Amino acid sequence: MSDSSLSGGAPMHRGPYISMITNRTMNLLIRAAMLFMVGVFLALVLNLLQVQRNVTLFPPDVISSIFSSAWWLPPCCGTAAALIGLLYPCMDRRLGEPHKLKREWSNVMRCVAVFVGINHASAKVDFVNNVQLSLTLAALSVGLWWTFDRSRSGFGLGVIIAILATLATQLLVYNGVFQYTSPDFLYIRSWLPCIFFAGVITVGNIGRQLALVNFYFQF
Amino acid sequence: MTVRERLRQNISAAFYRHGLLCASYPVPIILFTSASILTCCYPLLKLPLPGTGPVEFTTGVRDYSTPSHESQGDLSERPDWYRGPPVAYIQQVLVKAAVSPWDNSLVPVDVFRSPLGRVFSVLEEIRNHVYTDRSLEALCLQVTDLLPGLRRMQAVLPEHGCLLVSPGNYWQNRRDLFDADPDLLKTVHQHEPKGLHTSATLKDLLFGVPGKQTGVNLYSKKRVVTYTITIALSSYDARFVASLRARLKQLHPSANCTLREDHMVHVHFKEEIGIAELIPLVTTYIILFAYIYFSTRKIDMVKSKWGLALAAVVTVLSSLLMSVGLCTLFGLTPTLNGGEIFPYLVVVIGLENVLVLTKSVVSTPVDLEVKLRIAQGLSNESWSIMKNMATELCIILIGYFTFVPAIQEFCLFAVVGLVSDFFLQMFFFTTVLSIDIRRMELADLNRRLPAEAGMPPPKPGPLRPRETPPPPRPSPHTITLQAPAFRNLRLPKRLRVVYFLARTRLAQRIIMVGTVIWIGILVYTDPAGLRTFLAAQVSEQSPLGEAGLPPHLGVAPVFPGGDPTSTLSGLPAPEPTPLPENQSQGHRAAHPEVAPVSSPQITWGPEDEELWRRLSFRHWPSLFSYYNITLAKRYISILPVIPVTLHLSPQEAIDTRHPQDTHHAPPPSIKTSDLQTDLTLYKVAALGLFAGVVLVLLLFCLYRVLCPRNYGQNGVPHGRRRRGDLPCDEYGYSPPISEISPLLLRGHSMDIECLASDGMLLASCCLVGHIRVWDAQTGDCLTVIPNNGLRRSSSSGCWEHRDGGGAVGGQDVDIFPIRRRTTPARPALFGDQPDLTPLIDTNFGLSPPSQALSSSGFDFGGLVEKAYQEHEPSPTLAFPPSPPPVLPPELPPQNNGDWDSSVWAMELRGNLIATGRSSGKLELWDAVEGSLRCSNEDGVSGITALAFLNNRIVAARLNGSLDFFTVEITKPLGLLQYRGPPGRGSLPPSPCYSSEDVISCQLTRSVQCAHQKPITVLKAAAGRVVTGSQDHTVRVYRLEDSCCLFTLQGHSGGITAIYIDQTMVLASGGQDGTICVWDVLTGSRVSHVYGHRGDVTSLVCTTSCIISSGLDDLICIWDRSTGIKLYSIQQEVGCGASLGVISESLLVTGGQGCVSFWDLNYGDLLQTVYLGQSSEGQSVRQLLVLDNAAIVCDFGSELSLVYVPSVLEKLD
Repeated sequence: MSDSSLSGGAPMHRGPYISMITNRTMNLLIRAAMLFMVGVFLALVLNLLQVQRNVTLFPPDVISSIFSSAWWLPPCCGTAAALIGLLYPCMDRRLGEPHKLKREWSNVMRCVAVFVGINHASAKVDFVNNVQLSLTLAALSVGLWWTFDRSRSGFGLGVIIAILATLATQLLVYNGVFQYTSPDFLYIRSWLPCIFFAGVITVGNIGRQLALVNFYFQF
Repeated sequence: MTVRERLRQNISAAFYRHGLLCASYPVPIILFTSASILTCCYPLLKLPLPGTGPVEFTTGVRDYSTPSHESQGDLSERPDWYRGPPVAYIQQVLVKAAVSPWDNSLVPVDVFRSPLGRVFSVLEEIRNHVYTDRSLEALCLQVTDLLPGLRRMQAVLPEHGCLLVSPGNYWQNRRDLFDADPDLLKTVHQHEPKGLHTSATLKDLLFGVPGKQTGVNLYSKKRVVTYTITIALSSYDARFVASLRARLKQLHPSANCTLREDHMVHVHFKEEIGIAELIPLVTTYIILFAYIYFSTRKIDMVKSKWGLALAAVVTVLSSLLMSVGLCTLFGLTPTLNGGEIFPYLVVVIGLENVLVLTKSVVSTPVDLEVKLRIAQGLSNESWSIMKNMATELCIILIGYFTFVPAIQEFCLFAVVGLVSDFFLQMFFFTTVLSIDIRRMELADLNRRLPAEAGMPPPKPGPLRPRETPPPPRPSPHTITLQAPAFRNLRLPKRLRVVYFLARTRLAQRIIMVGTVIWIGILVYTDPAGLRTFLAAQVSEQSPLGEAGLPPHLGVAPVFPGGDPTSTLSGLPAPEPTPLPENQSQGHRAAHPEVAPVSSPQITWGPEDEELWRRLSFRHWPSLFSYYNITLAKRYISILPVIPVTLHLSPQEAIDTRHPQDTHHAPPPSIKTSDLQTDLTLYKVAALGLFAGVVLVLLLFCLYRVLCPRNYGQNGVPHGRRRRGDLPCDEYGYSPPISEISPLLLRGHSMDIECLASDGMLLASCCLVGHIRVWDAQTGDCLTVIPNNGLRRSSSSGCWEHRDGGGAVGGQDVDIFPIRRRTTPARPALFGDQPDLTPLIDTNFGLSPPSQALSSSGFDFGGLVEKAYQEHEPSPTLAFPPSPPPVLPPELPPQNNGDWDSSVWAMELRGNLIATGRSSGKLELWDAVEGSLRCSNEDGVSGITALAFLNNRIVAARLNGSLDFFTVEITKPLGLLQYRGPPGRGSLPPSPCYSSEDVISCQLTRSVQCAHQKPITVLKAAAGRVVTGSQDHTVRVYRLEDSCCLFTLQGHSGGITAIYIDQTMVLASGGQDGTICVWDVLTGSRVSHVYGHRGDVTSLVCTTSCIISSGLDDLICIWDRSTGIKLYSIQQEVGCGASLGVISESLLVTGGQGCVSFWDLNYGDLLQTVYLGQSSEGQSVRQLLVLDNAAIVCDFGSELSLVYVPSVLEKLD
């Protein structure tokens, strides 16, 4: 379990894939890249869901409208996903309480599906008022945490990041970078923190699972 | 007993009974379940099939009134979407224009320039039409801006006014622009999208007829230009429309026109599914499939993994269908988009219960009856299943009280789905599982029977001298490898998939069924007017139609009225309907002489009635979508078309010519036009090719997904698991400890150091020098040879057949070493020895740690040992400061040098055990009787390794010398007749000695300086003896004449592991982490790889690969011929030392208190067998694979015998 023996000494001939995977920095980079891609992808898809809420029918050149909203949004989401996904396993290690609950890919997939479902509900389902929508989404988000995470550290980190992200969004909207159609919580929609929280939990779950996979190849 | 406990018991009992029921009557239950599924799904037949094709409804024009919003229950034939006013009424004016008579002075452009030019006058007429102070402006559909993304169409499509489109829009409805346009075709085609397109193009929208029929091209055969003027009306005024119709008919009368005018068609459009809406949907489905894939991958240890996975998916899907069906039955029509919520429903219902059930059932004891296994498995999981179901119901109940209609509906569906899913799990899946388990047991039975029949009959008594020879081995030099019995048990996964596909022709059948279903749906929904299209195709391709036309083309005007097309497509026309009273005769008289001449060219047939049907079914939605008006879930009413016939004289055509028109090339030959029509064929072919490539790629991706060559890289499910943290899922369920119960052989008080076996017997020697002989089949302890060498005490429990011990005592004296070369004893025992340090840290089988340690009876960990040795330079000081050796007091004094030296090496052949001691003494014991048959004290340096092959024993000593001994058997005369003549070479390869034989062991040759440093490894096979030493070299000797054949140099460190087998494959591994493969016949190095950081601890080869393990806890698998690393398996710390290969594809490794079985082809962990309750911290140090597919491993003071056949049967 020493990095020094890897770097110095005789040339180690390994299979190219293995040697790449075993490298710790490489490992970290791969994880970050995967998380980044997951973040970008989710941002694109979920943004599309939000856009759909206002427009029912699209002009033929609809593909361009996917990217038309804001070019910086997917990279931001991707970076945030990479950071959060790396932060969760790191925090687990620091706190010394590894995440025990249901560490399987099927559960991660379930978690992602529920997250997309929450977004879907926020975009498609017509609620009576915004309070009801926000409360429902909050309950769903906490339910997501309880079903797939159940760790206090995960909850704490999720809440902190959700608050920070909400603040950042408020600032962005305040400065007029973009806006929401019917803001009901200062400048933004009140369900946004819930979505952020659910997203943090989901990405954290993915990050933990990825860390678990690559754990076996670390030295 | 609390209520909870009682409830739990009751539930458990109920599930148990239910499991018994399901397993007892599988077929009736499956039939019953299928019947109930079908019954529940029956209401689904009433639901419309999903599809986006428009639906039509035809009403009469005369008594038309705008339908009201309220639904009228009495009119059952009315579709339920036919409510409220339509989005728009579409009135089309179909114009057919031709220049007639055609003469050769006209240029091709004349075919359409003047006919198109007439559109402006018709437009003018329509715009200015007024009927009782109602103008078109008041009635038409007013549109506003185009969508922002359509700037380039702004010049063409109308904005801020009536939605009235015609080909004139290309020129902003201005005649002067049209006249000034030098190239009409270019103007028309500049808006056409490049490449293939499926939706309506701008040309289609403006012309209102399919592009082929417009006749606006240079090579038109018919020379008739067809276009429509499309008017969208917001409200229907019957009188205005009628007057417009009358006016146009009057102005431009159509002879022999029999178009019906009494039907209006209402077209209802389903909800559009655009790409933008498809992307989230596709994403959720991808996630869903990933979820199903990862879930079903966890199904293990069943007969047919795929079958069970299919059953699980069927369970979930049919429960959803049942829930939809039930909801429809009770009048809850689904308003939600089923395809959208479906993945979430699957995720909510989940596959977990199914997997938990499977795991629970397969973890029940195998020897139970199937019924009982199912019942037990069910009742074990009953409580958690019920608890989860209650929780989910609670959550859904909470969701129901949000009072949001969409969520309530979702919850309702989910509840019904959950209940039906539970029902299906309990009845359908459990029964399928029971069938599967039964099949597996049958397969087990079938396989075990021949296996047992093929084995040699068991020995009559464990203590009888062995009469049956051990299984014959192939002669040393044959290259053929004896095929392992289970090599064919498991094909690679991808091969099995391919075989399965090939056997069942699954792909073809699926494609066929899919095509049939697709066509069925297409015909059922009729999205693009398929029926009319087909009918038109048939009529066009009839032999009399188009085929006869081209020869007549040039002379068509010569035969007025005789053109075959008119007689075919248009019926012989009766007189046109009398015009209304205000007909203007003047206009009619304008073309009296022209009309009869050109009348064959313009025909009106029934196909012109509803020409819009031949347009793309996205024609109207896309037209309206340009103005952000959606037709989804709404309808439009299409009024009967107004026919307009225009006949133009050639002079008129020449007059409207643009100066540049004549510069156009003369009409090319028919060939090019054929080429053009062929071009579409090529397009279709290219599309087909593209689709084929995409299909192949998709299949390839599927293949990659289904058969990941992961080689153990994604190690989570395959990773080695400690006992302590067995993964528990949320149901508190942990996988079974093991299917195989290992046989524990106990008896040694100290750690076992040496292990030897010949397949039938098993000899082990512990630190204090006790040798125990076990029966490798049954695990019975046969003999115990205690430390004091010449005496033997009876062991505790397993000696019941033992005869009296007195005779043996006398025998001991008898067989005293015969030839004893007395060498002067050295003052210090270890004086001539090189340093021991490198020797000690290797933990391979035949060279145990130092004598001092072993005789002290103190269990030192390897680290302490090593550190101590390194700290003390003098080997004589290597005695640890431990209590003095506990020696039995009754030791006979003449045995000095025997009892105080420990066994360092041991070999077992036949019933002879050869032991090499630290004092340099070689002893031969009778394995069954436990008596010393012979001993040799020729050498004084400790024997570090022994090889016993045929009748020769090779002993490697600590000082680097190599001694060859010959075992000679002098038989009593009476036994000679069936033993054969005594002699060195004539002994059978696997000697069997009876107790009457006098066995002597002679030193035939001693190679004094075989190596400069201690010999660490000694292996013998195929007539060769291979030694590896600390001096970085490997030497190969011939066994017959002890002649050194090769000295192999290539390592840069001491040799730590050597593998040689019957096929003369020689591989060696050293302390430098390198592995060399040698050719034993030539002594050349075949390949040389760096495998490990640190020592290579063991090496095994199969026919295709080399498996090595090292101190870095890595197991590497190499390709034998190329030396390329295939993959590696990371082990836990300190357990990667022992390896064994059971068959070509089954690898067994030792771990912390467990052994693991790996699939060599993929690097998958197949199973981990835990060896015992008390073996938690002990790692398996040696691992021996016996011939009968048992493995023996030692951990601590215990031996464990694991029979592998059951593992092999679970493999497929």
